[in-house]
Amino acid sequence: MEGRRSLKIVVCVRRVPDTAARIRIASDGKSIDTSDAEFVINPYEEYALEQAVQLKEKHGGEVTVVTLGPEKTTQVIMKALALGADKAVHLKVDKIPEDPGSIARAIANELKGSEFDVLLFGKKGVDDDNQQVGPMVAELLGIPCITQIVKLDVSDGRGVAHREVEGGSITVETTLPAAFTAEKDLTVPRYASLRELVAARKKPIIVKDVQLRALSLEIISVQNPPPRPPGKIVGKGVDAVPTLVKLLHEEAKVI
Amino acid sequence: MTGEVLVLAESSGPAFRKAALEAVTEGRRLADLLRVSEIVLAIGNGLKDPASELGKYGADKVILADDPLLAIFHPDYYRQIALEAIKRVNPSIILAAATSTGKDLAPRLAIHLDTAVASECTHLEMENGKLIATRPAYAGKVLLRVKVNSSPSIATLRPNVFTAREAVPGKKPTVEQIAFNRPDSRMIVKEFVTQGAKKLDLTEASVIVSGGRGMGGPQNYKILEELAEVMGGVVGASRASVDAGWRPHSDQVGQTGRTVSPMLYIAAGISGAIQHRVGMINSKVIVAINKDPEALIFGFADYGIVGDVFEVVPALTREMKAFYGKT
Repeated sequence: MEGRRSLKIVVCVRRVPDTAARIRIASDGKSIDTSDAEFVINPYEEYALEQAVQLKEKHGGEVTVVTLGPEKTTQVIMKALALGADKAVHLKVDKIPEDPGSIARAIANELKGSEFDVLLFGKKGVDDDNQQVGPMVAELLGIPCITQIVKLDVSDGRGVAHREVEGGSITVETTLPAAFTAEKDLTVPRYASLRELVAARKKPIIVKDVQLRALSLEIISVQNPPPRPPGKIVGKGVDAVPTLVKLLHEEAKVI
Repeated sequence: MTGEVLVLAESSGPAFRKAALEAVTEGRRLADLLRVSEIVLAIGNGLKDPASELGKYGADKVILADDPLLAIFHPDYYRQIALEAIKRVNPSIILAAATSTGKDLAPRLAIHLDTAVASECTHLEMENGKLIATRPAYAGKVLLRVKVNSSPSIATLRPNVFTAREAVPGKKPTVEQIAFNRPDSRMIVKEFVTQGAKKLDLTEASVIVSGGRGMGGPQNYKILEELAEVMGGVVGASRASVDAGWRPHSDQVGQTGRTVSPMLYIAAGISGAIQHRVGMINSKVIVAINKDPEALIFGFADYGIVGDVFEVVPALTREMKAFYGKT
């Protein structure tokens, strides 16, 4: 074990429909019908959780999972515990609100006053694609936040992260505690063994009912995207190439 | 009383990012609808003639924050500058590009201003003085219309969806400076490392040539790079080829990669699975090259060639060379 002390790590995870799921608009026209969808840990938070477990393995310490979601989130929590988290806090709500600020305030309230060194999020939920909760929680707690990271090293009370940006990456160093949001390249998540799945059942889950504040961001309606007009097969093989270039120039006007 | 429209315009070197100019153009449109002024916060280092540049896209006034420490996005520095500009302007609407900078900064501002952000918007409208935004969710499988109930309303705009239009040639906005006093920060932004020779990010490119599993291996991407080079584009990749380790994740187009909307997207050896489709379906024109006539991609490509990518792509490169040579 290196470093002077062990790490307290918190990972916020979100229960989302699997990315392969078909998304249907609910009958109210302003929400998604997820009744037959498979739910998983948000993929970006799997990378974050894996990072947390790797940090624990290197420095020693404890990984706590915090999640806000409905009753059924338990299944996702069990998965996170099997993947290496030590305990979980389930902030129970009827449904995940559409306003990221509302989620962020509930999480920040939970974390306020608690001690941690590293706070990890996924860069965004693959459901609402808002990409806001991580930096919002960090601002509410008044701690540094580095978003979209692909690499993280922690030592001696400091973190060094690489954040992926347009055309390259930026190295940012920060004191701890700090928040980070995970990009896909951060880690390769492990699989949970059967033994770990069984062991997860013995790990503590603290369930709290939380009150959400009124929404600042509201969904008015959900629509299917307009279909693309049908395309055409220009032809077969190399012979079709001159026609394609002509069409791109004269018909599509993109070259 | 309706406040002004404030646009946060980020830069890369001496020039504004294209996505920032798109936001300035859209900000002009909203300002006209609301009959207010458009004020643009220009932020960067060594910006080249920012006032005339932003004036062309419609800015009435430019607030300029130009400092060596602002060359690269630093959350604490940019937040301080943005909050100072917001205090001076008192806007009812704040727009930024949905870039790595805009998506980091906007939610932070929302907390400080006790308001909300509509992320990655593809369309904006005003209804009874409230901002209504259309934005994709579930990686574009659905479109949400959302309302920001608080003021100021913040929206980030997805790059390449709005058009940057030079509408007002020769317009000279007034300029006001913000002196940058470096705040205390626990973060140090150390260095920017470019990824190889690639200058353009996928989200900013107007031509993308993407390769999938059909490319067979990392060495074969050379033919895509040659085509991209001729067309001034960049190379992208499918999840299968990224997971195989052929290409870096920063090249990945799709649900857990980049969402792109170039003028022209050429998919070579890509089957067109749903998670790839959602990342590129908003491209203006899609070309598919695949040897399998049953590949899903032909179902939503505008133009398809059924054939071997190793023959068709080099032929296309030659044809494009000839085409660009002529024009």
